[in-house]
Amino acid sequence: MTRPFTVGLLALQGAFREHAEAFARLGADVVEVRKPAQLDDIDALVIPGGESTTMTKLMDAYGFPDAIAAAHARDLPIWGTCAGAILIAREVEGEGRSARLGLVDMTVARNAYGRQVASFEAPVNVTGMETPFRAIFIRAPRIESVGPEVQVLASYEGHPVMVQQGAVLATVFHPELAKDDRVHAAFLGLARKAHAAA
Amino acid sequence: MSQTNDAQRGTPQIKTGFAEMFKGGVIMDVVNPDEARIAEDAGATAVMALERVPADIRAQGGVARMSDPDMIDGIVNAVSIPVMAKVRIGHFVEAQILQGLGVDFIDESEVLTPADEAFHIDKFAFDVPFVCGATNIGEALRRIGEGASMIRTKGEAGTGNVVEAVRHARSVLTEIRAIQQMPDMELMTYAKNHGAPVDLVRYVKDEGRLPVPNFAAGGIATPADAALMMQIGVDGVFVGSGIFKSGAHLTELKDKHAAWKARAEAIVKATTHYNDPDVLAEVSRGLGEAMVGINVHTLPEDELLATRGW
Repeated sequence: MTRPFTVGLLALQGAFREHAEAFARLGADVVEVRKPAQLDDIDALVIPGGESTTMTKLMDAYGFPDAIAAAHARDLPIWGTCAGAILIAREVEGEGRSARLGLVDMTVARNAYGRQVASFEAPVNVTGMETPFRAIFIRAPRIESVGPEVQVLASYEGHPVMVQQGAVLATVFHPELAKDDRVHAAFLGLARKAHAAA
Repeated sequence: MSQTNDAQRGTPQIKTGFAEMFKGGVIMDVVNPDEARIAEDAGATAVMALERVPADIRAQGGVARMSDPDMIDGIVNAVSIPVMAKVRIGHFVEAQILQGLGVDFIDESEVLTPADEAFHIDKFAFDVPFVCGATNIGEALRRIGEGASMIRTKGEAGTGNVVEAVRHARSVLTEIRAIQQMPDMELMTYAKNHGAPVDLVRYVKDEGRLPVPNFAAGGIATPADAALMMQIGVDGVFVGSGIFKSGAHLTELKDKHAAWKARAEAIVKATTHYNDPDVLAEVSRGLGEAMVGINVHTLPEDELLATRGW
């Protein structure tokens, strides 16, 4: 690669600025992705938190589902947070397998932790981290089950909250709001490793 | 599990973090479950449940209050996206009721008739986050100082005229740029002159933005209006009367629904692709008649909503 390692942030709607700031602190280049053609010029993609129904609408309107599937097929590392995790799940409870991208073999339930007044923050133990990560859950989806290919990196109250399948990472909490860049660093690590192996 | 004991709710990070999730999106006023579903289908990031949109409050007059809980429940049950609702300025009991109903966000709004002429609600006392209107930087920082998790311009609601939203957004953003250039020794006097908490003035100097998301509201009626506000520098938009007061000439309800959905979808796309003139041109086509609109300068002083709150 001749250009610096570049993280693309799907910037259709949601909290992409906070991700950009975290990656910038870690020395990665970031670009905001609003059109599918931009997927060819990035080394990793983040699908941020926001409103999943809004993002689904905007992704469909501009042909993102096929473009992201193609990028995934050529091993582009992808990370979905909260709404982003819903979009990359194989199945959404109550909506069947119509889930858009289906990159991670898991079933999620939207808003299963409750409405906004039930949103919470709590420390979770993450594989590979020496101290707990203070995770912020905002109208979070809950991971109800995962397939055999999925590695669970963190759980809270018996449900996975951070999982990995190949070069795809999903977190149902919001590391970009935590003022703690360890999950971003872990994603950069796995993305660089995926590129080195390719 | 021991982790449960360490869990916290209603922290500033959770409340502001939730507001961050609305960025780049459109929050739409709705008065019934049908409109809420149209808004959700069109890609709204949230709906604002209220009994009358501002244009009707303006036309009908009288005291405008918090909506009936049954009406709010009907909308909460109709959609999966977050639901916001309005309380009168200073009416903390209406806010307690809405929090109890499970509303996701409360708008302490000048569009309703103020309940207190001296004090705004202590928003730190609630787990549910609040959005408040502001016309300038001092007002915005006072609301944040009371615990608001999101700021919106007041604009002049119910007019379909974007001019006041532009004025308020420019006022806040121009002052942010001025504060960034200010030497530290001037910050306290600036805070005094603008009635703003000095620690928040200092935050603005260091970060170059408000500590919470800053949205546009009041008079946005077209995709171009939404993109204008985004290019000026806000984080997202509220559309009040602009969608469901459009297409007034249509007589069939299903024609109205189609026109509303098309306009709502177009405003959503324009808010995402606000910097892309090709997309803006495409989504602006064939939307039919926008809401009629009122020239703000013809409104008598006592009918202006933006002057409510302090």
